[in-house]
Amino acid sequence: MLSFIARHFLKFVLLMLAASVVAFVLVGISPIDPVQANVGQAAYLNMSPEKQAQLHEYWGTTTPLWERYTHWFSSMLHGDLGTSLRFNAPVTQVIATRSINSLTLMAAAWVISGILGFALGVVAGANKGRLIDRAVKAYCFVLASTPTFWLALVFLMVFAVWLGWFPLGFSVPIGVAASEVTVLDALHHVVLPALTLSVVGVANIALHTREKTIDILQSDFIRFAHTRGESPRSALLHHGLRNLALPALTLQFASLSEIFGGSVLVEQVFSYPGLGQAAVTAGLGGDAALLVGITLVSAAFVFGGNLIANVLYGVIDPRMRKKTLAEKVEASHV
Amino acid sequence: MSRGETSINPVILREGAEPSGKPAGQGGMAKFNRTRRGFNRHLPSPPTDVVRTVLHLPRRRAQSNRRRTLITVIVAATLLIALVIAGVSLSPAAMHTDFSIKSLAPSLEHPFGTDWMGRDMFQRTLAGLSTSVLVGLLAAGCSAVIALILGTAAALGGRKVDAVITWLIDLMLGIPHIVLLILISFALGKGFWGVTIGVALTHWPNLARVIRAEILQCRESLFVAAARKLGRNPVQIAVSHMFPFVFPQFITGLILLFPHAILHEAAITFLGFGLPPEQPAIGIILSESMSYLSAGLWWLALFPGLALLLTVFLFDAVGSNIRRLVDPHRSQE
Repeated sequence: MLSFIARHFLKFVLLMLAASVVAFVLVGISPIDPVQANVGQAAYLNMSPEKQAQLHEYWGTTTPLWERYTHWFSSMLHGDLGTSLRFNAPVTQVIATRSINSLTLMAAAWVISGILGFALGVVAGANKGRLIDRAVKAYCFVLASTPTFWLALVFLMVFAVWLGWFPLGFSVPIGVAASEVTVLDALHHVVLPALTLSVVGVANIALHTREKTIDILQSDFIRFAHTRGESPRSALLHHGLRNLALPALTLQFASLSEIFGGSVLVEQVFSYPGLGQAAVTAGLGGDAALLVGITLVSAAFVFGGNLIANVLYGVIDPRMRKKTLAEKVEASHV
Repeated sequence: MSRGETSINPVILREGAEPSGKPAGQGGMAKFNRTRRGFNRHLPSPPTDVVRTVLHLPRRRAQSNRRRTLITVIVAATLLIALVIAGVSLSPAAMHTDFSIKSLAPSLEHPFGTDWMGRDMFQRTLAGLSTSVLVGLLAAGCSAVIALILGTAAALGGRKVDAVITWLIDLMLGIPHIVLLILISFALGKGFWGVTIGVALTHWPNLARVIRAEILQCRESLFVAAARKLGRNPVQIAVSHMFPFVFPQFITGLILLFPHAILHEAAITFLGFGLPPEQPAIGIILSESMSYLSAGLWWLALFPGLALLLTVFLFDAVGSNIRRLVDPHRSQE
């Protein structure tokens, strides 16, 4: 147990180190000049050389890469991820406020897509070859080819522009003081983005659960349940679901990377102020510190999901305890 | 839907099992009746009434599974090639602006409508799709080569190389794709190369893992051991035994990379990190359409996205059907 924790802690530290180096180097070698990206080309050309130099100093483009990294690293150890030049606030603060929005969105999508996908998968698998199975399969295959951001646009057009049920974007109403925003307002704003993310997330889990259901219905213990006189429905409910639920749960934990990726796109469409949108803003505006910070947070997020999936796999199936997660996911797909 | 299955009862199974390309005709029916009599001797002789016999005929496929799969692949691939050719040849016309026909709703003349600069959205969509497909093909091709090299190196290069490459794969999969794409595209100054190299550098890990596993499995196999005992040198073994073993996996893996690559190219361009606005690209079309959604120009977003969905779907159909053809475990599905 202790070695398990130690090993994963070491892995986590290594991952964070590598991710920070990768992010820093990539941001550092970029030909995009943060000063020009932010003040605009015309304004930049009209500036006096002194002002330009001053701005370069402010954005830290004059110091060499490794010096910036060591400086960043030493302050990171003190819990300081630097200052976001775009938002004019400490990176930790920007990430903290935006994480709350993003986590609400992703948690809602995670739960809804998990439950919906699982239910669809079980129904399809139990009715293999029938109309409902084909419908679920067709739905999943179409979804797998659907661009997330386009679906978000379609939902926006239908539910916000055409029907007017939901707001066009943002996480709170426009023109209302932050103290007057109610939970209901916030919920009203999160519905459409969360719905988009959930609909897209269904395909994977549904197809996986369908395969598993078909396998399990052919297993000996279901046959035994039938011979004892249990109805197919009762056999599935009492002996099948238990075996289906945990693999589905672990798969859902392992898919956090995709949900995060989807949330970046969905947040952009709905102008939802979350981590993903901050990442896009930081990338377009050359905000190195924030980009590195978000990379680290997202990597830690994915790592957490994989770790939980890993532990859950071990809990379900003792044979799996020695394998890596990647092998497990592959094994479970076969 | 090509993936659908017809329900089969034991009687029909005997017929369905033989791969016959000929359509179900009178001969097939007679055979069916004979078989049925053989199964249930106590039943009265089958009805001679033609209508009833026809109604009780089993649902049969005119073609064998494999031929149907092959036809699906050919049709899908032809459609895609036609799409790219049409898109490339329409590219100049797609940039043509005509302010007298701006913001028109879809009609027979302009099936996808026109945008606020009077550009025909159908032409723009085709041109944009072909750009996206070409970028996707290029990036996925590079990605597959990287996967092949690293996967092979991991499997054959010894424990240290394997550990390093496995760790690299874990690292790549540990950061969300989109974030990594943003970082790489940003590092390369956005634009065509930013998105192409970004997609190429991020999509190899899964395929590399598959190739590594395949080669490891192949190396342990009896036929490779036998070849080694027979004195064939490693290069010969690699060429004549390992390559044919891994190649089908590689090809299907490569083709199944295309849909991902195309979707990610469109997504990253949509976010503003990919192709520049003056190029016809699906991501550009969709991100520009966002400004006109609340003005009610719904066709600017709906049709281009639908076309993208269809393209990705076709690529997926080609890939998964080719897999059925080359993968012995799935060939009779």
